Amino acid sequence: MIGIEHYVVVSSILFVLGVLGIFLNRKNIIVILMAIELILLAVNLNLVAFSAFLGDLTGQVFAMFVLTVAAGEAAIGLAILVIYYRSRGTIAVDDVNRMKG
Amino acid sequence: MIQSFAFYLFAALVIASGALTILARNPVHSVLWLILAFFNGAGLMVLIGAEFIAMLLIIVYVGAVAVLFLFVVMMLDIDFAELRASFMKNFPLGIAIALVLLAELVLGVGAYRAGAMKLGTPAGDAAPLLGESNIESIGALLYGKYLFLFESAGIILLVAMVGAIVLTHRDARAVRGQQNIARQNARNPNEATVNTRPEVGQGVQL
Repeated sequence: MIGIEHYVVVSSILFVLGVLGIFLNRKNIIVILMAIELILLAVNLNLVAFSAFLGDLTGQVFAMFVLTVAAGEAAIGLAILVIYYRSRGTIAVDDVNRMKG
Repeated sequence: MIQSFAFYLFAALVIASGALTILARNPVHSVLWLILAFFNGAGLMVLIGAEFIAMLLIIVYVGAVAVLFLFVVMMLDIDFAELRASFMKNFPLGIAIALVLLAELVLGVGAYRAGAMKLGTPAGDAAPLLGESNIESIGALLYGKYLFLFESAGIILLVAMVGAIVLTHRDARAVRGQQNIARQNARNPNEATVNTRPEVGQGVQL
């Protein structure tokens, strides 16, 4: 039977994949943002699994707030990416040292 | 039986599409794999009776965030092959850090199963309502106990929206290029034009 351990294992593998994605694609900020979304999906999965198995809905409410913050973060991150591309003509972020102006 | 099958199907697909999200060469493919990962994550949530969060995940992520990603990837004209140049250079470091993280998480799960720590139990005031659906229970909680948190989530979204618009908004006058009126007035025909009389068939050197 499927227990809480199965869900914890799946979400931890997904979390580690997200962290690995940040390190593998250090230059490409779009894929970095997608890896952050993967990490947040793993966290949400963990919250929902514990909420369901403990019989307490707080975890699901909190997962909704995580979703809210993730949506806001994606919008702001992509907006910063667009203005960065406008001024530099590239999105290589491994040598960002003049973010002003 | 069918629950186990569905769980393993969704779990395998979510992990495979998560791996392909970070490994795909083309960011458009990355976005599509991310969408598949979110669908399967939503499937995992439906399996344990959290259908509201599952539907929210699909609506918010697939309907809004993934489309936003796709939009930005296709709007910017970027040479992605050049961005991938450091992929293999970062590979050992990334694998090392991922293995350390995974070992720590496995250690945490192992310690939990060994019963080494005393965990709290839910207070019971956020338990699912008897005889009500998941959505009704969450709604009662969201508009009751967590009302102010819910309102502040709305404010966060509003601030994010205003911030994104302010960041990317361009003044329409700035796009057309600046008109320098003093330079325009200082221009006179004598220095702006030159009279030449080229030989036939020679052409003019500009």
